[in-house]
Amino acid sequence: MPVWLGIVLGIVLVALVAGVLVFNRLVALRNRVDNGWAQIDVQLRRRYDLIPNLVETVKGYAAHERELFENVTAARSRAIDAGAVGDQAQAENQITRGLRQLLAVAEAYPELKANENFLALQEELTGTESKIAYARQFYNDQVMRLNTLIGSFPSNVVARVFGFGPREFFDIEDPVRGPAEVGFR
Amino acid sequence: MYEQIASNRRRTVLLILGAFLLVGAVGYALGLLWASGPAGLVIALAIAAVMTIGSYRYGDRVVLASARARAVAPEEQPRLHNVVEGLSIAAGIPKPRVYVIPERAPNAFATGRNPEHSSIAVTEGLLETMNRVELEGVVGHELAHVVDRDILVGTVVATLAGAVVLMSEFFMRSWWWDGFRGRRGSNRGGGGAEAIVFAIGLVLLILAPIFAQIIRFSVSRQREYLADAQGAMLTRYPPGLASALRKIGAASGVPMRAANNATAHLWLNQPSRLEGDRMGSLERLFSTHPPIEERIRRLEEM
Repeated sequence: MPVWLGIVLGIVLVALVAGVLVFNRLVALRNRVDNGWAQIDVQLRRRYDLIPNLVETVKGYAAHERELFENVTAARSRAIDAGAVGDQAQAENQITRGLRQLLAVAEAYPELKANENFLALQEELTGTESKIAYARQFYNDQVMRLNTLIGSFPSNVVARVFGFGPREFFDIEDPVRGPAEVGFR
Repeated sequence: MYEQIASNRRRTVLLILGAFLLVGAVGYALGLLWASGPAGLVIALAIAAVMTIGSYRYGDRVVLASARARAVAPEEQPRLHNVVEGLSIAAGIPKPRVYVIPERAPNAFATGRNPEHSSIAVTEGLLETMNRVELEGVVGHELAHVVDRDILVGTVVATLAGAVVLMSEFFMRSWWWDGFRGRRGSNRGGGGAEAIVFAIGLVLLILAPIFAQIIRFSVSRQREYLADAQGAMLTRYPPGLASALRKIGAASGVPMRAANNATAHLWLNQPSRLEGDRMGSLERLFSTHPPIEERIRRLEEM
């Protein structure tokens, strides 16, 4: 066997092995992105479930804040019905803002703040908000990794051959570590 | 932050490599000194293997029981459960089991051989003194240990260090006995050269256990810095853990009943046994954790 043939065969072998490795990495990342999206979905649903409860509880003490209740409830149905990722993100932002206002209103009612049910709901809501933030963080991290791999050479060749496309980031406002907490020390 | 994690990883690899070389060196010294063959080496390695497998499978339960940790339901500790679940989502791992330890000192540890079999335990003192952001910092640090399988690394290093100690003890004893029986030097003509080899081997064997312990502790300390950095990357908020560490540092005089040498390296901060424990520089060399001020400084630089 001539030397050049051996060299060519060697190069082909290395390229094949590298291709398999890149392909496996792409599959792993795509699965993680899907899993991350499912996690966001679970937590957002959890928040939808909490909203009617919270609205009812606050209503019992602050019935005249009707506009606020309606806003939150309307944003909730819009988020549930939303088709595109962008539309949903917008509705979720409205929910987040509405809930923040709702909790701010609650500050003015000492009896409400002492209500056991309200306190439990508040903890659930805070927990769910932070889980949404963490799920989004995980999802966006994985999307960034997948998109980087798809965009860079030579993995972009493998991605194109097997039809891996870049994914969309999920951009919603950060409910927990928003501007309100930056000054924390 | 990524660079810091990468350099921490490199140093950890070097330290584990150092531990392996140390085991090899001691084995070699034994070969030079101990004419009766590799029996002792084989026995030492066999015991080390059994110890590793045992602590791999049952270590978490033993550790939790020895700290008198109690599993808590989500209804009982909603805040803690929410924080743990949120950060496991961020880390992309299953939610660990959650335990509470009846101790006044604020502290925490994680255990379990892999993310699928992991537990996080925090003291009652920690739950009382920390706000949500600080609790997230602490839990993020512990989850970083879980993600990195640090408990496994700790086991490997502890076992290697243990094997070194075991082998040198073994040699010392058998050498004494051989010495009494007067076998040494009777029919071997090496003379001066043999004496030098013998002396080097002896020094190596005496120093080996000390080196082994230092390696073990510095692995633990590197792991703590790494977990601080990674925990901060999970919460995206280094000041949370920094503030938690400050509170823990302020409470470092509070003794813990569950504190002992075998589990010291697992805790968030080294537990103190005595009221108002303070460390000297020699103690620092043998401590499992970096000084808390240094950890806070590194977090503030992120």
